[in-house]
Amino acid sequence: MATTTGTQIVYQRPASLSETPNHYCPGCTHGVAHRLIAEVLDEMSLREITIGVAPVGCSVFAYKYFDCDFVEAAHGRAPAMATGIKRVLPDRIVFTYQGDGDLASIGMSETVHAAGRGENITVIFINNAIYGMTAGQMAPTTLPGQKTTTSPAGRDVEQMGFPLRMAELLSNLDGAGYVVRRSLHDPKNIRLAKKAIRLAFETQQRGLGFSMVELLSTCSTNWGMTPLEALKWLEEHMIPAYPIGDYKVAPNVAEIKV
Amino acid sequence: MAKELLKGNIAMAEAAIRAGVQAYFGYPITPQTELLEWFSERMPALGRAFLQAESEVAAVNMVYGAACTGVRVLSSSSSPGVSLMMEGLSYIAGTELPVVLIDVVRGGPGLGNIAPSQGDYNQLVHGGGHGDYHPIVLAPASVQEAIDLTVLAFDLAEKYRNIVIIMADGNIGQMMEPAELPPFQPLKTEFPKWAVRGAKGRQRRILSSIYIEPKDEEVTNYRIMETWNKVQANELRYKEYYTDDADMLVVGYGTAGRISLSAVRAARSQGIKVGLFRPISLSPFPYQQVEKLAQHVENILVVEMNAGQMLEDILRAVKGNIPVDFYGRMGGMVPFPDEILSEIQRIASEGIELGGDPRIRWMQRFAPVIRSKN
Repeated sequence: MATTTGTQIVYQRPASLSETPNHYCPGCTHGVAHRLIAEVLDEMSLREITIGVAPVGCSVFAYKYFDCDFVEAAHGRAPAMATGIKRVLPDRIVFTYQGDGDLASIGMSETVHAAGRGENITVIFINNAIYGMTAGQMAPTTLPGQKTTTSPAGRDVEQMGFPLRMAELLSNLDGAGYVVRRSLHDPKNIRLAKKAIRLAFETQQRGLGFSMVELLSTCSTNWGMTPLEALKWLEEHMIPAYPIGDYKVAPNVAEIKV
Repeated sequence: MAKELLKGNIAMAEAAIRAGVQAYFGYPITPQTELLEWFSERMPALGRAFLQAESEVAAVNMVYGAACTGVRVLSSSSSPGVSLMMEGLSYIAGTELPVVLIDVVRGGPGLGNIAPSQGDYNQLVHGGGHGDYHPIVLAPASVQEAIDLTVLAFDLAEKYRNIVIIMADGNIGQMMEPAELPPFQPLKTEFPKWAVRGAKGRQRRILSSIYIEPKDEEVTNYRIMETWNKVQANELRYKEYYTDDADMLVVGYGTAGRISLSAVRAARSQGIKVGLFRPISLSPFPYQQVEKLAQHVENILVVEMNAGQMLEDILRAVKGNIPVDFYGRMGGMVPFPDEILSEIQRIASEGIELGGDPRIRWMQRFAPVIRSKN
C-alpha cells in the first residue's frame, strides 16, 4: 500500500547542476539544455570525472551552473581547448557547450577539425539562429529573410549568404561518431533531446569519436516574441530549415542501448 | 652527459621533453618545423600527448586547455604563427596559467621570409595580446643556452603561473653546434590546487579569464602586476663581456649579441676598450644594469636584427645621460662581425653626438647600403 504521509520528491535539481541562480532570460531554452546535460551526467555518474568547456556568447557563464570542473574558452575555441584537456586526460569526460556564433562562425575551423580528427569529445550545440549575448545580430544559422539587428530588412541570401547546417556538414566527416539534431520546443522533443545527449556522452565514454547534439533553441528576447510565440516560431520556421534527425550514427554507436 | 652535435630546434625540443613536457601542440612553419617533427616522433613513443593542430590559433588554445590540467605544456612557432597565437596568450595570461612557447623568429612584417630576425621583440616583450600582462621572454645566443633556457622556462612558468617565451631566431633554431642535453626529469605526479582534472572528492574548480565585474577584473590585474613585480625583482638574466674597463658598450641579445661578441673581441685586439652587455631576459628587461653600466662608459652601440626595438628600452635605461647609436639589419638579414666592428671603430674615433635620434642617424648611414641593392 502506497504511503500517503511525508513528502515524495518528484522533481529536483540534478546533482550536476549547482545551486546558482542563472542569468538567462525568462523563456530561454538554455536552462532546459543545461538541465538535460546535468541529468545525463547524474545518470551516468560522470560528474566527478567531467570537465566542461564554456563558450563566448549567452552561455558564457555556463561554468557557474554545472557542479563539475569547468574552463572558459575564447570565442569559438572551445573544441581546441577541449582537445588539449582530453589529450592530457583521455579517461575524463570533456564536453563543450557552444552557441551558433561560437561554433559555426568564429569557431568553424576548430569545430570541423575536432570532428575530422574524431576528437573524443562531446559538443552540445545551441542553435537559436541569432547572436543572443550581443543582442540580436545575424548568426551563421539565421534563416533567409529573418530580421536581426545586422540584417534589419531580413537576411538577404544574395548579400549575406545562406545559413549553415552544421549537423549535416559534420556528418560527412569520418571522425564523427554521433551527430544529430534535436529540438527543445516541446516535452516530447525535450525527451528525445535528452536521449540524444545521453548517447553522445555514451559515445565519448566508449571512445567512439566526436559526438555533437545540435539543439534547436529559442531566443524570445532577441526574436522579439513571447516565450510561447518563440516555441511556435521554432517549430514552424526552424525545423523545416533544420530538420530533426540522426545525421551520423557510426555502426558501433548504433549498437549502444540506453 | 657528453656534448653532442645538435641542431638548435631539435635541442630545444629534446630539452623540453627532458624537462617533463607532457603535451605539445603546434603547426608547421619554417624555421621552427624541426621542433614539431621531433615531438611527433618522441612524444607518442613516451606516451605523452602530441598533436599537429589545424592552425596556430587552435594550437595555442589546445595549449590553454592542457595547461588547465596542471601539466607541463609547450607550443612552438615562428613569427606569423606567433602573431596568430596572441589571442590565446592573452587568455592564458588572464587565467594565470603556466605555459611555455618557443618563437623561432623570422623576417617580417607580413609573410616576410624564413631567414633569422629579431622583429618579434616588440610583439613578445611589449605587445601581443590585449590587456595588462607580461610574458617572461628569454633570448638564447647558442644551442647550449637554448637548451638551458628551455628547461628554466618550465620552472619559471610554474613558479609564477606565467607565460614564458623563448625568443630564438632562425639562426639559433637551424644551426648545429656541440651542446649537452639535460638529464631526464620525472613527469609530474602531483598537480597544483587550481588544476582542473575532474571534481572527484572535492569542490569543483573553474579556470577562466572572465571577471565580469570590473572591480574583480581590477583586483585580478593588480594580482598579475604583483606577480610581475616579483618576476622583475628575481628573474633578471644577462651576461657582461669585457665591461670592467670598457669606454664603449655594445648591447645585443640572441644572435645579434653573439655576433657582436665577435666584433667586440676583434675591436679589443685592436686596442679599443669596448665591452658587451647581452640581455638574456628581455622581459623583465635589465634596465638598472644598463643604467649602471652607462655611468662608466662614454657611449653605447645597440645592435639588433630589426629596426631598433630593444633600442627604445636602452634609451629608457640610459635616460639621455650618454649618447647612443644603433646598428640594425632587418627583414631576415644578419650582420657580419665586420659590420659591427666598423661601427665600433667609427664610434671609437669619432664618438657619438648626445641627443638626436639614433634610428634616424643609422638610417642615414645605412641608406647607401640599401640603395646599392636596388
